[in-house]
Amino acid sequence: MNFNTPSRGKRSIIVSITLLCIAIAVIVISLNTGTIRLSPVAVLQTLLGNGSSDDQIVLFDYRLPRILVTVLAGAGLGIAGAALQGITRNPLADPGILGLHAGAAFGLMVFVSLSFTMDGSVALLIPLFAFAGSVAAALIIMLLSYDRHNGVSPIKLILVGIAVAAGFHALTLYLSLRLDEDTYSFAARWLAGSVWGRDWIHVQALLPWVVLCISYIWSRSKTLDAFNLGDAAATSIGTPVRSQRIILLLCAVALSAVSVSMAGGIGFIGLAAPHLARRLVGPMHRHLIPAAGLIGMVILVTADTIGRTIFQPNAIPAGVVVAAIGAPYFLYLLVRSK
Amino acid sequence: MKYVVGTKGVTRIQHPGLPHRPSNSRKSAVTVGLTFLSAIAILLLSMFVAISLGAKGLTLETVWAAIFQYNPALTPHQIIHELRLPRVLAAVIIGAAFAVAGALMQGITRNPLADTGILGINAGATFVVALSFAFWPGLPYGWIMFLSFMGAVLGTLLIFLLGMAAPGGLNSIRLTVAGAVIAAMFTSLSTGIAIYFDLSQDLAFWYAGGFGGIEWRHLKLILPVLLVTLVLIMPLARRVSLMSLGEEVAINLGINLRWTRFLALAAVVVLAGVSVSAVGSIGFVGLVIPHISRKLVGVDYRLIIPMSSLLGAILLVLADLGSRIVNPPEELAVGIMVAFVGVPFFLYLARKERRAL
Repeated sequence: MNFNTPSRGKRSIIVSITLLCIAIAVIVISLNTGTIRLSPVAVLQTLLGNGSSDDQIVLFDYRLPRILVTVLAGAGLGIAGAALQGITRNPLADPGILGLHAGAAFGLMVFVSLSFTMDGSVALLIPLFAFAGSVAAALIIMLLSYDRHNGVSPIKLILVGIAVAAGFHALTLYLSLRLDEDTYSFAARWLAGSVWGRDWIHVQALLPWVVLCISYIWSRSKTLDAFNLGDAAATSIGTPVRSQRIILLLCAVALSAVSVSMAGGIGFIGLAAPHLARRLVGPMHRHLIPAAGLIGMVILVTADTIGRTIFQPNAIPAGVVVAAIGAPYFLYLLVRSK
Repeated sequence: MKYVVGTKGVTRIQHPGLPHRPSNSRKSAVTVGLTFLSAIAILLLSMFVAISLGAKGLTLETVWAAIFQYNPALTPHQIIHELRLPRVLAAVIIGAAFAVAGALMQGITRNPLADTGILGINAGATFVVALSFAFWPGLPYGWIMFLSFMGAVLGTLLIFLLGMAAPGGLNSIRLTVAGAVIAAMFTSLSTGIAIYFDLSQDLAFWYAGGFGGIEWRHLKLILPVLLVTLVLIMPLARRVSLMSLGEEVAINLGINLRWTRFLALAAVVVLAGVSVSAVGSIGFVGLVIPHISRKLVGVDYRLIIPMSSLLGAILLVLADLGSRIVNPPEELAVGIMVAFVGVPFFLYLARKERRAL
């Protein structure tokens, strides 16, 4: 197993540092752009506490919380995707396939159908409803794919996930066709992954989850590597396959649920970020997980910046930009690979 | 030609030598015959029920008379002739088309989860419809139908092009992945267009599907196309059966994989593309019906395809009936109705099967 570790390790550090630099550059660019443009110098001065009061309001009240939510959610989705692909041994698994997005969408629709206003403090409940929806979906999927003899088997997990996702989609559609047009287009925007109107409170809600889950998943890199060998081999080298699979699954679910509940249903990052990371640093999860997180971060921040600047005055949700750019690249990879 | 059979994903989902439970593979001719007869009987019965039930209840006698001794002067006869009959006939033929398209997809990709959504057909159609809503609002139904069919073709053409560009052609797993990615791309592009132009709900209505807008003149267009395609693919069924046993098996038996795959995909585009363009995207028929058919008649696609077309027709006739009578005078979208029935059934399949479906 350890043939390439030294060179892979070095390579992964270089890749990670490069990715981190790119991420910082993207974040700075993103801080500069928007309806009101701020020069990099102004951004820096404001961050250090010397900016004009207007700049401070723009940066601290609007742009910074939004970008931090994007950063955390991007990393969360990328790493949740990497973990899910490791757990299910399926390179196509991502949080969307497992029905978590569909659950979140349903939660949002329930909220929108129940309440008449989206202004003021009630709007703070939206992430809560979305989170509840995706956790509900995850619980249903896990209960239905649990087997007394084998625990949660990866294939059954994916099958059940697809079915549950379709069920939630139907429920969402049912509710959404009864909404008035304005409410519906708000919901659609949110579902397509728009990070609009995020506040510091969202950053605070997101941060502990993301940090906790990411560190746990990273600390279990060896277990994820062992899953790749197949259940029998993993058990024989001393991995508690059944219990570890459930705990890691819960972590990945929590991570993606909380990301989706804050940033909307953004597909493709969970699928593409781990793939790109695997090409850059190889299949060892110790290297793969940080790389996937950084790539997810870069993709989402870039997409959000593009979405809210290029298509003025109507912003395009980040999720749409991600898929529109991600899909052709993914197809290119598919054709090129042997 | 190189074909990757042992790619991890494929072998894990399905074992090439034994695609389905051996116990199901041998059915006696009598059982199969009886199954077909009862399916036909159920279809006819549900068609009659669907014609007679609805916002205006009609007696069986009137229905019979309206169909066989049509009298344009009577209102009930008109309702049946102008509204209910085209609807029910559309549900029959489109149900059959979706189900057979799904069966073909599952056969040639050897992926039990394949359905027409996977080829990017539905997503391509939705994308072009979104474009037309945005740039040419108020197009008549016939034009939207035509454009959305072109969208379905576009989605599939992309897959063909990718197949030609890839070294060694498209193997099963690559076909599946390419389809999923193209579907994701088109879906998100449609979402973007819908959001930018404030059309989200219009598109959602179109996507949710329904037989409400079907009239005789549309039926005259789609009925011949779908019927001819359904008949023409029957000679393909044997090859699809062999392909479903594994690519190596099929090559050894002298099947031209590329040609078979091309013909089957072309048939799928016509069947699913026309259907989606007429009634919107109705999921789950193409996924669930072939599974049920396989349980009933075994692994031979010469039997699976006709059985799927019967069962698909029954499912959509009943789903359309349900969507009309559940909350009159409003109609529930058929796609939702199908999902409410299909999802629990699919979950039951997924749980019951020891092997993965």
